[in-house]
Amino acid sequence: MRGSCRPNNPRDRTVCMTNCPTLIVTVGLPARGKTYISKKLTRYLNWIGVPTKEFNVGDYRRECLKIYKSFEFFRPDNEEGVKIRRQCAMSALNDVRQYLSVEGGQVAVFDATNTTRDRRGTIMKFAEQNGFKVFFVESVCEDPEVIAQNIVQVKLGNPDYMNCSSEEAIEDFMERIKCYETSYQPLDEDLDSDVSYIKIMDVGRRYLVNRVVDHIQSRIVYYLMNIHITPRSIYLCRHGESDLNIKGRIGGDSGLSSRGKEFAKHLRSFLEEQKIKDLKIWTSQMKRTIQTAECLGVPYEQWKSLNEIDAGVCEEMMYEEIQEHFPLEFALRDQDKYRYRYPKGESYEDLVQRLEPVIMELERQENVLVICHQAVMRCLLAYFLDKTSHELPYLKCPLHTVLKLTPVAYGCKVESVYLGVESVNTHRDRPENVNVQRSTEDALQTVPAHL
Amino acid sequence: MAAIHKKPCTASKSSTESKRTDLKSNEKKGSWAYYMTNSPLLIVMIGLPARGKTYMSKKLTRYLNWIGVPTKVFNLGAYRREAVQSYKSYDFFRHDNEEAMKIRKQCALVALQDVKTYLSEEGGQIAVFDATNTTRERRTLIVNFAQENSFKVFFVESVCDDPEVIAENIMEVKVSSPDYPERDRESVMEDFLKRIECYKVTYQPLDPDKHDMNLSFIKVINVGRRFLVNKVQDSIQSKIVYYLMNIHVHSHSIYLCRHGESLHNLEGRLGGDSGLSERGKKFAVELKAFVKEHNLFDLKVWTSQLKRTIQTAEELGVPYEQWKILNEIDAGMCEEMTYAMIEEKYPEEFAMRDQDKYHYRYPGGESYQDLVQRLEPVIMELERQGNVLVICHQAVMRCLLAYFLDKGADDLPYMKCPLHTVLKLTPVAYGCKVEMFDLKVEAVNTHRDRPLIKVKTPPPMFRRNSFDPLSTKDQIKRPRMYSMGNFSPPPTLPPPAFASTRISEGIESVQRENSVDCFSAPDTGEKST
Repeated sequence: MRGSCRPNNPRDRTVCMTNCPTLIVTVGLPARGKTYISKKLTRYLNWIGVPTKEFNVGDYRRECLKIYKSFEFFRPDNEEGVKIRRQCAMSALNDVRQYLSVEGGQVAVFDATNTTRDRRGTIMKFAEQNGFKVFFVESVCEDPEVIAQNIVQVKLGNPDYMNCSSEEAIEDFMERIKCYETSYQPLDEDLDSDVSYIKIMDVGRRYLVNRVVDHIQSRIVYYLMNIHITPRSIYLCRHGESDLNIKGRIGGDSGLSSRGKEFAKHLRSFLEEQKIKDLKIWTSQMKRTIQTAECLGVPYEQWKSLNEIDAGVCEEMMYEEIQEHFPLEFALRDQDKYRYRYPKGESYEDLVQRLEPVIMELERQENVLVICHQAVMRCLLAYFLDKTSHELPYLKCPLHTVLKLTPVAYGCKVESVYLGVESVNTHRDRPENVNVQRSTEDALQTVPAHL
Repeated sequence: MAAIHKKPCTASKSSTESKRTDLKSNEKKGSWAYYMTNSPLLIVMIGLPARGKTYMSKKLTRYLNWIGVPTKVFNLGAYRREAVQSYKSYDFFRHDNEEAMKIRKQCALVALQDVKTYLSEEGGQIAVFDATNTTRERRTLIVNFAQENSFKVFFVESVCDDPEVIAENIMEVKVSSPDYPERDRESVMEDFLKRIECYKVTYQPLDPDKHDMNLSFIKVINVGRRFLVNKVQDSIQSKIVYYLMNIHVHSHSIYLCRHGESLHNLEGRLGGDSGLSERGKKFAVELKAFVKEHNLFDLKVWTSQLKRTIQTAEELGVPYEQWKILNEIDAGMCEEMTYAMIEEKYPEEFAMRDQDKYHYRYPGGESYQDLVQRLEPVIMELERQGNVLVICHQAVMRCLLAYFLDKGADDLPYMKCPLHTVLKLTPVAYGCKVEMFDLKVEAVNTHRDRPLIKVKTPPPMFRRNSFDPLSTKDQIKRPRMYSMGNFSPPPTLPPPAFASTRISEGIESVQRENSVDCFSAPDTGEKST
């Protein structure tokens, strides 16, 4: 996002939003969405460039115990169980320390029930000793339907319940929740008035936010207040094939080719078939996406931030021409495609920053179709599918194909629908030889065919 | 990365033909945040006197207007002062003073009528109803009023029981209020505290658990130490909540200045990425002395990612942060040209810009309006921070200044931001104090005043975007963009049959437009740079 001062090696810049690492601690009874929130938050923070990792104490417990027998393990009077669980928490905290202090992480998400004030006190002491800030995220929910749905969606497939029937699993899990209920001490307005936290009530109906101390906490709160769990799908596709696509030229602002127009018509039929409820359509402010949307015959919104990556001096050039005029730039790009910024243009990293408001708005919305461009679609896809900055610039986003993303459990289901209209291929893989001294042939090894 | 600006194509065609857009006079010019709102929103403040309601109202209004959402504050106190010409004492506010109660209710109704006019007829998007609104009865009245008129309602309640904060409030803003012309501090304090007591008797705070659980609101507790947020309905409310959670009342100062004079400045060229001139370097040295002299506690320094600001910051010898979004406005095809060159080469563009400098977008570049959208995260961050020095550029500085000094789109592009001058902004009462420090290093003047003679053409020429979707002819009948939010489009959408004829129209006009438009040259694959 912002470069740090005096970048000695510009490539080593990581986004530094905080002066000291932050420990996010989830709080809540089982099946309240803690892991869902942890994973989603981790994915978002990593995407905007803040190195984040989650530590799920349940995983540590499964490592330790190997075989889960029944809810009896969680009974508060089960001394052996209590000891093991405490050990697992400590082990996880040690790994947190390792990640934040040694490995250069900036945010760690400590995902566990943390339902007693005593446990939270231990964590806060630990954080203080190590110079971490602490921010609690508590999820409170009493709606039995939501809880039941949670259990069905994520607990049944859990390794703990591999060998039982659904009914047995649900029964056991409900007992497990009861074990925690008696000793649950929710964050309290008065007793915990000095603690930084957000209390999410009834899946986002209400929030209580206390003592937000810095930028990253403010961002986290804003993000958490914008996500929801209403079922919906996000459709991502590129504009129809454009005139410049056919010529193998990048960027520019050309109109659709005849095959591109054909695609727009097929897209319209596809949408009509799908019968999507209340679909919103977004495009960029470039001709090719607008022309594609125009054919759909319904209102659409234009976002400047969805415009394609700006290739600066290389705009409207073919890869062959870039190699001819700027062979050094071409090689540097292949070396680090995510961070490489075209002279007078942008990098994928810039694009991610530009797209952050789009992501925030996508989180708020329900059914949306985004008609955008190759690099932009890669960035959006990387957010939903949790791809790293290495994978992002090489994600396959072919023309005339719609990707349907449906959030499910802790991730996203992807369905790829090719709408049957031929087009050129615009995907350029990373060539083997990225050395700046390489030959023209090596450089152009992976350039897709064009006119 | 050295910026090798090589023009890869042949000389540009003379761009005499430009896209003209006929705008209806009452059509909004597509501010970027406009998409966030669908039905008008009524923000209702709640709280005892001296809880910062007016402070928050004014600040919020300033922010919303700056990002392009037409917003206006309706302060009930002003209406009351209109009705009751001279204020005698706190007795007016006693809850058993029937006559006064009648007057106060009357004022509220008048104010609400004005709100209705603003939102329904004058094109306002958000109205902030700034009053105590401490009783359920009053709030029910307002909610019913909003429902009748299809406005959304969002409550902002400020709760504070810290006597020091309240006393400070009274000192800062009440002592100079028109209600207390004598300004004798002790008597003002005494009267005002009694006034607060009058309200306390009937105060019914929002109850999130039972009575008010279906209302959308944010409760700000103890000046932002804690917040309770209930039922946020849409994006703009979410944005408002985010904003309120980021502002604070700690005293701090924001220093704005431009980079030192650059080589391009000397030649009168726009944009580009040149380094500092000799005098520019001298300025950087003076700036360092200035920072030292002012002894700024924990100062953060921000620059853009262009050479000239970075070089200026380097001289300071302190850590600084580079923000890409602080880069100067992108002049697109006009980058690195002088005004004389632009006037010669693109006279129509030159004229268009003078007509509406705020909305005018350079071909292949940006407009001031785009700049405001780009700078929004900077503003949010400036609100959160303490002391900050922002070293930026002319257009950028104008946008930031316009936010702090509440300047509208007409004034913004003509604000004076000379080189080698530091502006110190200190929030005070309901506004911002500005101090100007000329660091006494000579520099060229890069300011171009508003031209006296305006070329008169009926609708202002205005490039909306590279491709103008006016191919769909019925721009007026087109449903409002309700896409952001939960409002479903009204049932006046054209039936499918009509829509299909629109497609062919659309494509046809596209082909026609292509031949006329030369800023996106269709088949040559060349970009005239």
